[in-house]
Amino acid sequence: MQALTNRSKMVSNKQMTFLERLYLVSIFKGMLITISHFLKKKATISYPEKHRPISSVYRGQHVLKRDENGAERCTACGLCAVACPAEAITMVAAERKKGEENLYREEKYAAVYEINMLRCIYCGLCEEACPKEAIFLTDRIVPTEFERGDLVYGKDILVEPMEKSKRIDVSKRQTPDVLEFKTHSEYAHNQLWDPKKSLQTKKQSH
Amino acid sequence: MTPLIALFVFHWYPLILAICVFGVSLGIAAYSTYFERKIAAFLQDRLGPNRAGPYGIFQPLADGLKMFMKEEIIPNVSNKFLFILGPSIGMFTSLITGAVIPWGPNIRYHGESLPLQVADVNIGVLYLLGVVSIGVYGVMIGGWASNNKYSLIGALRASSQMISYEVAMGISVVTLIMITGSLSTSQIAAEQHGFMNEHWLTWNFFKNPLTFFIFFICALAETNRTPFDLPECETELVGGYHTEYSSMKLGFYLFAEYVNMFISSAVMSLFFFGGYNFPWMDKIHDPNMLALAGTCVMFAKTLFFIFVFMWIRWTIPRFRYDQLMNLGWKILIPLSVINLVATGFLLWGTGKL
Ligand code: SF4
Ligand code: SF4
Repeated sequence: MQALTNRSKMVSNKQMTFLERLYLVSIFKGMLITISHFLKKKATISYPEKHRPISSVYRGQHVLKRDENGAERCTACGLCAVACPAEAITMVAAERKKGEENLYREEKYAAVYEINMLRCIYCGLCEEACPKEAIFLTDRIVPTEFERGDLVYGKDILVEPMEKSKRIDVSKRQTPDVLEFKTHSEYAHNQLWDPKKSLQTKKQSH
Repeated sequence: MTPLIALFVFHWYPLILAICVFGVSLGIAAYSTYFERKIAAFLQDRLGPNRAGPYGIFQPLADGLKMFMKEEIIPNVSNKFLFILGPSIGMFTSLITGAVIPWGPNIRYHGESLPLQVADVNIGVLYLLGVVSIGVYGVMIGGWASNNKYSLIGALRASSQMISYEVAMGISVVTLIMITGSLSTSQIAAEQHGFMNEHWLTWNFFKNPLTFFIFFICALAETNRTPFDLPECETELVGGYHTEYSSMKLGFYLFAEYVNMFISSAVMSLFFFGGYNFPWMDKIHDPNMLALAGTCVMFAKTLFFIFVFMWIRWTIPRFRYDQLMNLGWKILIPLSVINLVATGFLLWGTGKL
């Protein structure tokens, strides 16, 4: 039969010689191979101390953003929960009371907001669905836990801290396209509704 | 007038030494488990255990603790007495073999010359062989008492393997005895004094390397190490003869393997590589210094052989069972018999018999 490639190797069923049947030579060869690996550079990365370099678009633990004044951006519209293919997000909406304007940006807010990190597949669809730019996936790795319940993250973990210095930077993870997109305020969906401005943009586009 | 403490030491010397040997065997076996994994990792470009203490050096303690804390299960259908007897025999036999091994040259204490050997019996070699073959019972009883087919097959495999390799081992030891002309381990060690005499290198390895190779292969099989670890072949037999064992009884079986490895390494360095002897040992005149250096040399050789054992384990896969039996009966036994006869003729020809 003609060989299709020259990579195939003829297999023979010839009897092994006495020396070969002692296996000593081949064992010795194998031992030389393994010992040559003894002092080689190790492939292991000691994880908690050292991190692998991750892609710039890595999708890790979520953050619920606050705006410049420290108010939560999420309006509990539920679009993220609808978009989520893994049904990992649940929330309970509540109405903003008088005097809470500095805490919640919109008149409706999420009193409870939970993401089940075991269900989440880190697809980033919640981030895309959000009309208020409230939820983002960051480059943080979700740590392991001993209990399943501990991996249902509530607002205490998800919402970023109030202090300006401790805010979670989400711009790093964005691709250049997204950053470019965000420089155009006319495309942004989270600007406060301003009829004049929207008229302007409409006119421009016509 | 010797001081009281010296008299005390003289009186209890064998006991003190026995406890030392016991402790050292256990300690080295414990740390073998650590180095086993470290070496395995290094040969495979990994790091190995490094979480318990610096470089993971407390790993054996953590493992031991874990073993003790585990739930102890004795199957209802098992024979309880034999079930407990199995691992006990395994551990016991592997620990008592250390008694006849001379760990170093004699030390001098208050004018008395004390041997670094627990029992200097004149049939030390026979004692070793005998105890090693009792070790088979530990495996066999454990496997049988579990009342489990897999354990039984594992135990059968183990015992048939050990028995077949014991034949070749015995013949190679006979060859060795013909060369040394003595059954006493201390005599064998003393005969390999230094490194060279006026004719030839003194270590038995250089007198008959083939004997060493046969002995070495048989030692691998006796200690159930890869490539001969068929008794505990997980892929075919679940866990081999210790399938039903848990907690520290399992620990004893696993531990006995490491003690066996340590002892057989010591035996190999004693029989073939001069034991505590090293080149230019005559330059050291103080007997205690000599004993110290000799003991260190002995342990260095032993540890080297342990390393080789592990190196082999992490290099080659295990044999198929028919290959194992073929190697034992069709190659090693004829080879060792030929070796025996040839050595006999050689000794007769040179007039040493
Ligand atoms: S990343 Fe995907 S799976 Fe995870 S919560 Fe968002 S939408 Fe759901
Ligand atoms: S995170 Fe965004 S999409 Fe989800 S409920 Fe809040 S505002 Fe709506």
